[in-house]
Order: sequence, then C-alpha cells, then structure tokens
Amino acid sequence: MTARIGVVTFPGSLDDRDTQRAIRVAGAEPVALWHKDKDLKQVDAVVLCGGFSYGDYLRAGAIARFSPVMDTVIDQAKAGLPVLGICNGFQILTEAHLLPGGMLGNDHLHFICRDQKLRVENADTAWTTDYEAGQEIHIPLKNMDGRYVADRRTLDELEAEGRVAFRYLDFNPNGSLNDIAGITNAAGNVVGLMPHPEHAVESLIGTGRTDGLPFFTSILKKLVNA
Amino acid sequence: MSKTPLDTVDNAAATPDVELPWAELGLKKDEYERVVEILGRRPTGAELAMYSVMWSEHCSYKSSKVHLRQFGEKAPESDALLVGIGENAGVVDVGQGYAVTFKVESHNHPSYVEPYQGAATGVGGIVRDIIAMGARPVAVVDPLRFGAADHPDTKRVLPGVVAGIGGYGNCLGLPNIGGEVVFDACYQGNPLVNAGAIGVMRHEDIHLAKASGAGNKVILYGARTGGDGIGGASILASETFDDAKPSKRPAVQVGDPFQEKLLIECTLEAFAEKLVVGIQDLGAAGLSCATSELASNGSGGMRVTLDDVPLRDSTLSPEEILMSESQERMCAVVEPDKVDRFLEICDKWDVIATVIGEVTDGDRLEIFWHGEKIVDVDPRTVAHEGPTYERPYARPSWQDELQADDANKLPRPATGEELKDQVLKLVASPNQASKRWITQQYDHFVQGNTVLAQPEDSGMIRIDEASGLGVAIATDGNGRYAKLDPYTGAQLALAEAYRNVATTGAKPLAVSDCLNFGSPEDPAVMWQFAEAVRGLADGCKQLGTPVTGGNVSLYNQTGEAAIHPTPVVAVLGVIDDVARRTPVAFQEEGQLLYLLGDTREEFGGSAWSQVVHDHLGGLPPKVDLERERLLGEILISASRDGMIDSAHDLSDGGLIQAVVESALLGGKGARLVVPDGLDAFTFLFSESAGRAVVSVPRSEEVRFNDMCGARGLPAARIGVVDGDTVEVQGEFSLPLTDLREAHEGTIPALLA
Repeated sequence: MTARIGVVTFPGSLDDRDTQRAIRVAGAEPVALWHKDKDLKQVDAVVLCGGFSYGDYLRAGAIARFSPVMDTVIDQAKAGLPVLGICNGFQILTEAHLLPGGMLGNDHLHFICRDQKLRVENADTAWTTDYEAGQEIHIPLKNMDGRYVADRRTLDELEAEGRVAFRYLDFNPNGSLNDIAGITNAAGNVVGLMPHPEHAVESLIGTGRTDGLPFFTSILKKLVNA
Repeated sequence: MSKTPLDTVDNAAATPDVELPWAELGLKKDEYERVVEILGRRPTGAELAMYSVMWSEHCSYKSSKVHLRQFGEKAPESDALLVGIGENAGVVDVGQGYAVTFKVESHNHPSYVEPYQGAATGVGGIVRDIIAMGARPVAVVDPLRFGAADHPDTKRVLPGVVAGIGGYGNCLGLPNIGGEVVFDACYQGNPLVNAGAIGVMRHEDIHLAKASGAGNKVILYGARTGGDGIGGASILASETFDDAKPSKRPAVQVGDPFQEKLLIECTLEAFAEKLVVGIQDLGAAGLSCATSELASNGSGGMRVTLDDVPLRDSTLSPEEILMSESQERMCAVVEPDKVDRFLEICDKWDVIATVIGEVTDGDRLEIFWHGEKIVDVDPRTVAHEGPTYERPYARPSWQDELQADDANKLPRPATGEELKDQVLKLVASPNQASKRWITQQYDHFVQGNTVLAQPEDSGMIRIDEASGLGVAIATDGNGRYAKLDPYTGAQLALAEAYRNVATTGAKPLAVSDCLNFGSPEDPAVMWQFAEAVRGLADGCKQLGTPVTGGNVSLYNQTGEAAIHPTPVVAVLGVIDDVARRTPVAFQEEGQLLYLLGDTREEFGGSAWSQVVHDHLGGLPPKVDLERERLLGEILISASRDGMIDSAHDLSDGGLIQAVVESALLGGKGARLVVPDGLDAFTFLFSESAGRAVVSVPRSEEVRFNDMCGARGLPAARIGVVDGDTVEVQGEFSLPLTDLREAHEGTIPALLA
C-alpha cells in the first residue's frame, strides 16, 4: 500500500503540478484538492504548495486562509493530519494560525530566486525524519514575501522547543529573524518553510540536486508504517 | 451637458460631409480616403476607430511588410513547420507527437514611459499569443537593452522593467530561462524590452484564430474592459460625443497577472474538452483586432452586440470599447451546444465570460450599440488590407566612413600585465559582467522542468518526463555589429542564437525574431531594416531554419538619433533526451580544453573595442553559415555521445570571456596556452564567429579529435581545466576570487 497525499490548488497556485510530481517521485500517490471543495477525499496528508493564491492580494495567504478547503485542513491539522506548507503554503499556515509568526516583504524589496543552503534543525517532524539533525542541504528558494517575523516571546519559544525546523546558512536571503527558513508546530505534524523542496527531487532538473526528496519520503514512511 | 447623437451607419451615409478626426487618430489623408472608398461612404466614428488602429504601423506592418515577405519567399523546406507566419505564433513539430509554439515581441515604448507595467504587460501579451495557439506556456525569455549602465535614467528604467517582468511572469508560474541584458548609450531614450515565450501542446491541439460556422457564439472572457491603453480613441470620443468627460486616459495598460493565470487555466481546460472552434487574444487594438481577425480568417461574417461587453467604466463610448487595450482578455468562438460548458469552466475559475455575438453566414462584420448598427465593414479590409508602403531607403552617407574606421588598428596591449588588466576590465564591464542580480529576480524553477536557465548558452525545458524530450531556446542580437553592417549583423545574431542552441546539445529547428529599428521615415533606417531582413532571410534559408513569426518595432528613436539597428533572433531547438545536455560550467579538473573553429583578427564592434577604447567602427566578424552548421553538428554529436562535459559559445568578449564564465560557474580554473599561429591578444579577445570552447575528458580525446578531423572542423587543444586561477602561459595569471569580484560586483554596484 502507499500513502495518498493531497495537494491543494487555489486560484493562483503555481507549484501544484510540481508538488504532485515530487509526491509521485517519492513513491506516494498525489491527490488533487480544490480550494472551493471542503472534501479532502480522505487523504493521509496535505501539501499547501507555492504560488500567489488569489494573487496574494491584500497579503500573501490572507485570502486563501478563508477558503472552504482550509476550514477542513485547519480542523484536521489540529487533530493530527500531517500538513506541509511550502512558500505560499507556509504563508497560508501562518495566516491560519496553524503556525506562529508571519511573513513580510524581503528586506531588499526584490523577488529572489536562488539555490539556498539550509541546515536541518529538527529531524523529528512528520516531514523531516529522513534527514539528520544538523544536516546541510541546498533547496531552491523563490519568493517576494519571505521575511519570517514573530515577537520575541514566540521566537524564544520556537528556539527553546526546537521548533525551528530549517535555518538559512551562509546567506539570509530575505531578512528572516534568527535566519529562520521553516518551523514546525509543537506536535510536529504541521511544517512550513519558504524554500521549495518539490523543486529538488530530480538530478537533472532545476539545480540538479535531490536534497528536497526526503520531505516526501519522510512522510511516506511515516504513513505507510503507521 | 449635451450628447451628440450616436454615429450610426445610417447616419454616416446621410451625413457625408461630417469631418472626422482621422489625422489625430494617426491616419494619413490618402489612408482616410481609401477607407471612404472601401465603404462607399464616410466611416462612422466606430469604424474610423477600428481602421485607424488596425492600419497603424504596429498592427498592419505597413512599412515593413514588403520586406518581411522574404521570410516566406526564401523559407527553407522544413518538415518541422506546422504553422507558419501570420497566426498568433508559429508552431514547430518537435517529435513524439509534440508541437511547440514560440514567439518574441517588443514592448519598448510603454516600458520607457512606465517601466514596471510596460514590461509586465509585455510578458502578458506574448503569453496570451501562446495560449491562443492551444498550447500551455512553459517558459519565458527576456532580451533587454538599456542606455548606459551608469546613466541616472537607467536606474529608473531597468529596476522597474526587471521587477515588472518578474512580478508578472513569476505570478504566472512561468520559468524565465533566458534572454540578454545589454547596455549602450544608443538605447538611452529607447530601451528595448523584448519578451519571448514558449508553449507546448500535442499536434491535435493546435488552435487557430478563425471564426467559422454560422450560429457559433463569440465569447469574450477574462478581465472587464476599461479605459486603459486607449491611444487615439479618447480624441475621437471626446470630440464626437461628450466633450465634458476626461479625455486623457493612461495610454499604458495595467497588468493583473493573477487574472492572466486564471485565463491560462480556464482556456486550457476548455481546449482539453474540445469546446473551442477558434480563438484570439486581445492585445494591441483590443476588440477591433480580435473581431476583425477572427471574422476575416473564418468562412462567414460576425455580428457583435457591444452593449454586452462587461465594462470597468460604464461611461466608455463604443469607440473606446473597440479600441481599449485592457489586458487579460480573450475571445473564443464556440458552438452553441457547448456554450454552457464553456461558461461553466470560466465560472469554476472565477473568470467573467459573456456571449457578445455570433458568426453569421454573410461576409460582413456588424457591430451594434443600443440596438443601432455602428459598424458594417468587410473584416478583411480592416485586418488584412491595410496600406502597404514602399518606403524609400538608401545606404547612409556615413556608412563608408564608419566601416573605414578600422578597429583592428586600435592600440593593443603590449605586455602580459596589460593583457591581464584588460581582461579584468572586460569581464567587469556592464555588458560582460554577471547579470545574476537581474536574473535572480525571476523564477527559474517553477513547473519543475527547467534543465538549463541563464547564464547557460540556451534555456532548456523538459517536455516529456518519460522520454526526456526537451526544447531549447536562445535569443541573441548585437546592435553594434548590425550598425557596422546590418546584413551581416542580422546573420551574426542568427548564427549566435543557432550556435547557443547547438552548444547545449539541441538541434536548431526554427526562428522567431524581434526587429527593433528607428524611424522608417528615415531612408537610412529603412536601409538598415531592409538589409537586416534580407540578411536574416538569406541566413535562415541557408541554415534550414524557417522564420515562424515575429514582431517589428519601429520608431525607436529620439529626435534624429535612432537606436543601433537591433534585430534580435530567437532560435528554437529540440533535444531527444535532456540528460545529454551540455552545460557551460567546467565539470572536472584535468579535462582538456579545445577551441573549435577559426580565430582571425576580428575586432570591429567587439566588446574589447568598446570597453578599452570606447570605439565602434570597422567591419563586424565574417559569417560562414556552413561552418556554423558544421560546428553545430559536432557539438550535438559530442553531447549525444558523451564526448564533452562542458561547452560555451564564443561571441562578445571572445575566448577569455567564455573561459572566465565557465571557470566561475564551475568553480574551477584553467591553464591556457596560446596556440601556434596566434598572438595572445587575438587568441583572447577576437570575436570571430563559428567558434566554441569545450572541455573533453581525457578518455574521449582521441575519439573527439577523430570526429573533428574527419568532419573538417578545426579543433585546437588550448589548455586544461585546473586550479583556482585562469592562467595564460607566459602572459598572466588571475585568481578566480579576483575574477569573481570583478565579474559579479559590477551590476549590483550600479543598480542595487
């Protein structure tokens, strides 16, 4: 048996097909989910992919958070459904308060697309068990609003509880506090990050590295072994 | 406030003496008289609006089409061409049942006025051309030219253009995989913002812009129509109808990439369900263009009720609605029993869609407003029978003097130390410097099929995951070469783009072009244009790569000063398996460097002459297209058979520029030896065409040499990949760290 992993398409989602491919490459079955549909089709996990949902008008992720599909995602995530938010998906997760903090415009005010070096800080979440803590990886990054911010208490809490999942190394591409690239909730089932692991699953494509594949193999193992 | 009565067809017939503002709308007197002759009466205001915009230079190619015909007349036999010139974009067969459509267009003037929106809507327009052929857009490229890098206005224009391209293209989910950024004072008041796009479909999915089948419905969908992008229409509107309303509307359109993304998805879904008989995007000339082109390419006529067009501004006059260039709109022709399903798909994507008319069995395009007929024309006369000019052209008086000012006689570096200084200066010059600060503002990765992106020689996209089939595209142009000799300059642009595609391992198949020139009313400019078109058409014939479509941008001049003639050429290629692609970066230490082709003393128009001497004169490098073809075949064979691990085309900046780029990208240095028969300066800086530098694993050296020898391609071993310096034996050595600082520091320092 394999796992069924849902990928939500909002109007303006861009990496939905890429994410479905990454799920396939990892050996799981991707399931397309639609923003107007509350039904999650009984998937075992959900990925909120990158893009500009609803044009990112108002604020990145702010409108998507109120879509019908998110009502169900929010309820089920609180009940333990594994959810991964990539880039715009991360922004939606913070807007939905499934993850703390929020995202502002990059400090240099430009869109930035680069092969970004990261350190895996937490290899115990639902989406990171195939990494080792401290492992250094390269994952493509591309965003306009990627500057992670939170109040001091939240930051201290995230750091103290080991909930900073990924940190930028060598170069902070957007001015994120504490070089934070991604975080997890306390339960470890909800993870959000700005870089795009779905763009790093094939050796020929993109930067030519496969450092993003463990996201999808981690969740597959967890679900299949469950 | 009183309104003059609606100018209906009946009214026009009854009031032959009413004066219309044809001159303000850009028509010449004889053009207006021709409209009257065609109609047998004076045109209505709405008809005048349509003729004036469709007969403009931009839409009718009236100055250029007598020359552009050569692309058809000289077109080489090609099995690959599925749809040629004349449709929204050409379509090329790339095998395995796939077809690829691609095109390059200009958005020069708007981008100078309003850099962000001008560039953004340029991307939007070219992408809609691709969708209109039935294809899913898979990549964009952006050849850009600006004034001097250190001119204060460049800092206004360039960041806005780059942010606009990124802001729009990134939001559409299209990887930006190639293009150019060139600086030259000649583009100061006339930046060139060209935009190219590629789309992929199956052969059976090709769609055309034609309205056939009486009773079929015409559906306008996408954004509401507003007052943006109306040029002369506001003159007409304010003079004819209501002089109390604001007459000046923004002439530059405003883009909404989110709306366009929805338009892409709902159009492709409608295509997939085979709901669409004909389709046309709304770009220049808006509804005037879409309705007249759809009707004239089909078998019947068309009746349109303009009242049904969804408006952003309810005060728009019918003339303004016909001329509006509001972005993100398309027009589809759909059979009556499929209309409901089409509207359902639009609703799913929250796209507004409205039936505005239907195909008739007559041959007239009739448009109604408030129940009255305001347009009654033969659509062919609007769309295809515009004026044609045989504009006078003459070789400029200064051409001989320019060519006599020989760059080969400029003072050359005498010592190794001087060579080294000039190398550093070259790789740090704005045109030769790394453009990473610009290209990192574009998404390269989205869609997950990008195999190569800038600064590679060509962008490459995988189109079939199972077989690895891919396409490559390169765009090139060199206004300096073309100024010295437009015929040769156009061929050099073609040769470079062709070579760039072959360098990555792909087989060149077809050409699109964007021809940027000054005013056609200047005989010298017209001569440059005529020569460039002739050169390109001859070149394409010889290389066997047909021109599938393109775009002409004239009037790129401020006062008397025209830009350099700048034909930008895009070459599309195919590769059977993207796993065999060849990158620019050096891969492994110890591999042997080979220089392919002949190096001559050719410095006219060179980067060296510009950077070191601020000089433009002499003759551009010679073109030998048979050699280009041979070089291409060798590069493709070597890639397919695994004989080379890196390859880089030699063009502006010559060999040293190419070696430095390969070294910096690979993080590995090189030791070079000047081959027999060449001096170090010519070896490093000459810009002879038909050359590339490749790295060959030692195990492949014999096989590679044998292949070049057997095919008659000169191949000289010039060194080895090694260390962390670029060293020219007996001359100088430069650490990669110094080269990197010089090469990568320039653009951020000027623009960030």
